[in-house]
Amino acid sequence: MSARARELFGLLPVSLLVVAGFAAVLATRTADVQDATLTYGAVFLGLCVVAHLFIRARLPDADPYLFPLAALLAAVGLVLIYRIDPELAREQAQWFVVGLIFFCGTILLIRDHHVLERYRYLIAAASIALLVLPRLPGIGAQVNGAFLAIELGPIKFQPAEFAKLGIIIFLASYLRETGDILVRPRLRPLPFQRQLLLYGVPVVLTLLAILVLDLGPAGSVLLVVFVASLVAVLRERPSPKHFGPLLLVWGLAMLMLIFIRDLGSALMFFGGFLALLYVATGRLSLVGVGVTMFFGGAFFFANQVSHVRDRFEIWLDTFSTERVLCPSTGEMTEFVNCQGYQVAQSLFAQADGGLFGEGFGRSLIEAPGGSILIPAPHTDLIYSVLVNEAGLFGAAGLVGAYLLLVFRGFKISMLAADGFSKLLAVGLTSVLALQVFVIVGGVTRVIPLTGVTLPMVSYGGSSLLANLVLLALLLIVSDSARRERIKRGGLV
Amino acid sequence: MNRQIAQLFGLFVVLFAVLVAFTSYWSVLDAEGLEDNPSNRRALIREQKIPRGLILASDGRTKLAVSVPRGRGEDRVYTRTYPTQGLFSHPVGYSYLRNGRISLERSRNDALAGEEDEFESIFTGLEGREREGLDVVTNLSVEGTQAAQAALGGRKGAVVAIEPQTGKVRVMVSIPEYDANLVPSDFGRLNRDPNKPLLNRTTQELYPPGSTFKVVTATAALDSGELTPESIIDGSSPKEISGVPLSNAGGTSFGPISFTDALTNSVNTVFAQVGEQIGRRTLVEYMKRYGFYADPQLDYPDEQMIPSGIINGDGDYVENGFDVGRVAIGQGGLEGEVRAAPIQMAQVAAAVANGGRLMRPQLTDRIVRKDGRVAERIEPDLQSTVMKPETADELTAMMSRVVEEGTGTAAALAGITVAGKTGTAEVGANREFTQPWFIAFAPVENPRMAIAVTVERTTGQGGTVAAPIAKTVLEALLGGGG
Repeated sequence: MSARARELFGLLPVSLLVVAGFAAVLATRTADVQDATLTYGAVFLGLCVVAHLFIRARLPDADPYLFPLAALLAAVGLVLIYRIDPELAREQAQWFVVGLIFFCGTILLIRDHHVLERYRYLIAAASIALLVLPRLPGIGAQVNGAFLAIELGPIKFQPAEFAKLGIIIFLASYLRETGDILVRPRLRPLPFQRQLLLYGVPVVLTLLAILVLDLGPAGSVLLVVFVASLVAVLRERPSPKHFGPLLLVWGLAMLMLIFIRDLGSALMFFGGFLALLYVATGRLSLVGVGVTMFFGGAFFFANQVSHVRDRFEIWLDTFSTERVLCPSTGEMTEFVNCQGYQVAQSLFAQADGGLFGEGFGRSLIEAPGGSILIPAPHTDLIYSVLVNEAGLFGAAGLVGAYLLLVFRGFKISMLAADGFSKLLAVGLTSVLALQVFVIVGGVTRVIPLTGVTLPMVSYGGSSLLANLVLLALLLIVSDSARRERIKRGGLV
Repeated sequence: MNRQIAQLFGLFVVLFAVLVAFTSYWSVLDAEGLEDNPSNRRALIREQKIPRGLILASDGRTKLAVSVPRGRGEDRVYTRTYPTQGLFSHPVGYSYLRNGRISLERSRNDALAGEEDEFESIFTGLEGREREGLDVVTNLSVEGTQAAQAALGGRKGAVVAIEPQTGKVRVMVSIPEYDANLVPSDFGRLNRDPNKPLLNRTTQELYPPGSTFKVVTATAALDSGELTPESIIDGSSPKEISGVPLSNAGGTSFGPISFTDALTNSVNTVFAQVGEQIGRRTLVEYMKRYGFYADPQLDYPDEQMIPSGIINGDGDYVENGFDVGRVAIGQGGLEGEVRAAPIQMAQVAAAVANGGRLMRPQLTDRIVRKDGRVAERIEPDLQSTVMKPETADELTAMMSRVVEEGTGTAAALAGITVAGKTGTAEVGANREFTQPWFIAFAPVENPRMAIAVTVERTTGQGGTVAAPIAKTVLEALLGGGG
């Protein structure tokens, strides 16, 4: 079976899922299945077939599983959003159509992804500009204390979603070029005195710092790992001038903490950066320096920036019943019923789901009388809604679908012949996977909850658009990689 | 590069596994903990959407609690109303979104709310059935409850009637009662009321049991072989007990007297000596067999029951160091004073009535599905064997004398023989009030009902105040064919 035929067959279960999902939701709503459910399934399938035909024409050798997996996720998202609010689902469906146009547009425009390398500094500058936009007066908008969106007339837009693509493209290109010279192994070992200096001084200084500054266990570990990684980097021959842009990325991540006040996006960007750095150089020591610098910075800002500090406090003391002043109502309330409300309710909803869930459309999102039981059910907490309705099995299935998507992305990277293609595929896939980890980890209390979308599933135009463009880029890389392999007879 | 890519993929596999692990923890492993979290209102709200099961009296017809739908379609919720108003308020309790739930509404909540496990709920979903609550049929007698409430006549107090062979609780009346229908609107007032209408005096309040406790002392003395009903003891008054003189009621001096006569006339000095003779250890041992020192094993919320026992001036339960002579007559001092909940004293009477076998008290008879099928029948369950059957026979004979010719003649029923024991504890700062008691069972030949009656802070004796109430309730319960 050809790759494209496999893709087409992959879409069949997806449309079945859409029909079944909508039928379940409608059945609990109106007690009988309407023709509408079949229409939804048919329209969705139609759209996917159009996209499939387009891929068939333009990227005949692209990976056959990526698109059906993405369609599956989008289908799950549509059903869940429909269940929460049919009006939002209609909007999301429109965004899906627009997204497919972007998807096809990207494939049409970028025949060869290597052209992106030529514009890498332009792309980097544009991405940084996009990140700063929400902070600009007039168009910037604050959502839950974080600056993530801009408002242009009626359209609300989250530029960070696109900035993540730009930054990955830039880093892939930059690291392809400098990865080899960033650090180079020494040909001869250092003389003894230099070795003594290299190892001795940091050990003494670290011990002193721990004793004098009284860092505590977490801080001490962080410092030791940092110094050890730094020494490991310095042992080789680091190229100072090529480190500049990397420090810039670190600074950018920190700036995001301060300016955009969003830990989740910062984690996503910096994580993607470190993933690329590791793949490009193969040096764990660089990752060690990066991770410790990030956490050091994050802990520092956790104490400095109140929004970030609040997020940490909510994460650690979710169920605290201490009475605190609630900023949203101005009254004294128990912490768990104000600041901790979102995370606590997320976990309560998941507890209600159990193994198999309560069934599509049966989740309790609003209390009678209108008080919200699952805040932001269509965006941040959509995963909690899924656990509630489809249970642990449904949620594990979703995470499994993401993992398959990530697997295909990494597979593309491994098949690709040139460094830029490899790094681009790895970077795009990693940033998507990290986004899943940040939001699902947030609502399951693995890490502090910050508002990023669940890729392809959450409601939100910019997110869906950006992820479909990401998918298009992956398919482009995949097409060229697989074509070359087929040419060489390595892929049947 | 491919090696690094593979390693990176491994990292993501681990990260995603962590996500699934945490999801499992919240959704399955710790789900119960989260459901019990007081901030979690999901269960309460969901249950509002389900018609809660009925609570019915023992006749299976009289509705004690019903659910009434309000609103339409998606917004339809059910609220509880209590057709019998205050009559069954203490055993039944209330269930409201804002006020929570108490009493049977709480202890039988799983059945009333139609709680299902994972697999059952899948079937319910597949069959398209709406989840609904199960009905709870109680053992509570309408006639008995009405009679008890009427007989107390507004005086603060408690009446508990139990079937000795089965442990079925037929009457649980605590005055003042409250109208559960008013809880949503008047909760603050009910909570602040100095008469404590929300307090179930049968299980949540401890009183000095006075001379009714002599039944416990007598059980210990007879069953341990220390005495027989015919043993002769010096009943002169006053007598020095623990270094302090103790007098009989009215100062009557009886001289040498049989143990049976001592119970008939409730002779304090005899029982104080008996207490000293059997000792603290034996007395506490028998108290525990009767159920003292532990919550009643009733199908009722733990929060609404407290153990009876010997309590010192600091409010701690003690098992030694107390003045055993005074505890033996239902009193005590700062080192330890015996205090009992009315249901505990009803259990004392029930254990004697059932040949020494104490049955676990049960408010619920059965749980019934909407289609009439019985989902669960609560079978009689032995709580403990308190004494030998011969001891129970001896005690029954002694207690019969109390009603025939002793302090409890006011409880005598026409055509039905009653065995009982009166008690009158002095309470108040200057001992200006009394706490009259009467515990009894009937008919003597084949006991079908045991009862405990007490009135709070009043004047008068157990024989004149409490015994007539017991008589009225026993008549209502036994006269109508039980």
